[in-house]
Amino acid sequence: MPELDTEAPDVLRGYYQQMTLVRAFELRAAEMYTRAKIGGYCHLNLGEEATVVGLMAALGPQDYLFTSYREHGYALARGLDPGRVMAELFGKAAGVSGGWGGSMHLFDTSARLLGGYGVVGGQIPPATGAALAVAYRSDPGPDAEAVMCLMGDGATNIGAFHESLNLAAIWHLPIVYVVVNNGLGMGTPVEAASGEPELFRRGCAYRMPGVRVDGNNVLAVRAAASAALAAAREERQPTLLEATCGRLRGHSVVDPARYRSREENERLRALDPVPMFRSRLIEAGVLDLAAASTIEAGAEEVVSAAVAFAEESPPPAVDELFVHGYATLVPNMPDLLPGEPILGVEGVIGQR
Amino acid sequence: MTEMTYRQALHDTIRAEMLRDERVFLIGEEIGVFEGSYKITTGLLAEFGPRRVRDTPICEEGFVGAAIGAAMLGLRPIVEIMTINFSLLAIDQIVNHAAKMHAMFGGQVSVPLVIRMPGGGGQQLGATHSQNIEVYYAHVPGLKVVAPSTPADAKGLLAAAVRDDDPVLIVENLALYNTRGDVPDGDHVLEIGTAAIAKEGTDITVVAYSRAAAIAVDVARRLEDEGISIEVVDLRSLRPLDRSTICASVRKTTRAVVLEDDWLSYGVGAEIAATIQEGAFDFLDAPVRRVAAAEVPLPYAKSLESAALPDAAALVKVVHDTLDATRFGR
Repeated sequence: MPELDTEAPDVLRGYYQQMTLVRAFELRAAEMYTRAKIGGYCHLNLGEEATVVGLMAALGPQDYLFTSYREHGYALARGLDPGRVMAELFGKAAGVSGGWGGSMHLFDTSARLLGGYGVVGGQIPPATGAALAVAYRSDPGPDAEAVMCLMGDGATNIGAFHESLNLAAIWHLPIVYVVVNNGLGMGTPVEAASGEPELFRRGCAYRMPGVRVDGNNVLAVRAAASAALAAAREERQPTLLEATCGRLRGHSVVDPARYRSREENERLRALDPVPMFRSRLIEAGVLDLAAASTIEAGAEEVVSAAVAFAEESPPPAVDELFVHGYATLVPNMPDLLPGEPILGVEGVIGQR
Repeated sequence: MTEMTYRQALHDTIRAEMLRDERVFLIGEEIGVFEGSYKITTGLLAEFGPRRVRDTPICEEGFVGAAIGAAMLGLRPIVEIMTINFSLLAIDQIVNHAAKMHAMFGGQVSVPLVIRMPGGGGQQLGATHSQNIEVYYAHVPGLKVVAPSTPADAKGLLAAAVRDDDPVLIVENLALYNTRGDVPDGDHVLEIGTAAIAKEGTDITVVAYSRAAAIAVDVARRLEDEGISIEVVDLRSLRPLDRSTICASVRKTTRAVVLEDDWLSYGVGAEIAATIQEGAFDFLDAPVRRVAAAEVPLPYAKSLESAALPDAAALVKVVHDTLDATRFGR
């Protein structure tokens, strides 16, 4: 396990700052959801902060990222503007997906975040194809592009997971599949859903290295992801990396998680990676209470500004409803609002 | 112009597009070493190598999804799904992913993907290998769906699909692969989203696509001898749908029949009939009739299979019925 004393203090404080930002953002997102500022579904990264920050620290700017729908933290740690992420949650035109995607479908071309995906595991085949495109157009090497494909534990039971790992193995694709195992697929425990509950072992069916890492340890996550990415870049060796962590709340904001015992909740709170990392940094002398408070207050400020930005942003204009229907315009594109006549009013009232 | 088969037109167009654009590559089951289940990709592995002609295991959801991801990064994959029946294994990737990405991500990414797949019955392949389920895809915003009926259209629509930045599904038909026709030499790119008047006429419009359009043109030529002038509208594109051309034809002829290989209820013909009643209501002299497949899983036995599929005789009968109902020629 990497130790704190071999790491630059600035880097460690930076990770704490990012974890704090994710925590503050998600708590505020939950509040905004209950105040009906955010619609639809809203899945939070609460409890997953060390995994989020560790993975994103390992990912290079040249790499591509595909995620599940539990993705706000990854977008923030990847460098997306918190105001534009919150604006997407609010369904505003300034949102990272222009208000078209919402919480589950964040996207940013420049950050190479190629989408949050709302269908469980739907991102796995396209991420595999992105790695195919990388292999198609470039050679392996230490600075080569790679793809990271995130998914939850539940996604490892779908067919597309197995089909994709098989393709990555036989085609030697530069991809790291990361299973963020928070122990529960909605309310179903991993042990009840997976014939092999040690999910990293599922790589062996495809002779793919499987690695499990403590997802509550940001440095361990970063180290494991860096090694897997290096294998992808330099050897075109795909990896199945499993990060074990906790989900501090329900499946989504509206889920009270009554299926979990008080003991289990207490166990998870004791493993909460944000206060744990804070304590370790203070013990190691990397952080003092004043610096910690400054970081935490800074995160609150950023999130407040993000909410204000989202509040003030206008919603997408209704006359842009068909703007993104297709990338290549051809004749007879569908553009009717409910109740409009198919040939225009004049066409319909034409008489013989 | 060069006369060739529909199969040859597809093959030559794929090859030409691969030569024209390095980003174009082929992906699918048995397309390389085996040269395609229906031999559309004959010789292409030998010419272009395994990087451009990628054989896949049997995993439609996996390889269609992989093609989507490759397209997101700017490649232009041409996917062959062995038959349209197996596209159901990939329908989540096609409908929930390829079709949605451009809009759902605010226009930041496009999916320049082509999926070729033959459908159609009549080959005694049984219920699971004989379907015409193009309407499943024609229903979905974000997809483009074309169904060429001639070798020339196969070339023109495939070339257009490869150069289009959206996911385009090309619905081929097993019964058309050996049909012959004149194909324009050189670059021939049709406009997706437009129908063709395959044959002009004045008495009745027959709307059709794919194999049915070929039958309709044949019937139209035969009935000319009886003094019946049929106008055939070949849809060519199921999505977008060229409603103006359909309605303009029916406004001229005042009668319409749809010939379609898919099942009657909720089929393509239902959409055409609704289009005509809204866009040519005051011009119609008779109800719009549909000649479609019997609504059963297609049987294996030849006698039953033939009975279930629409054919020229059924179209001739319905054309006559429609004309008689309006005292045509009397």
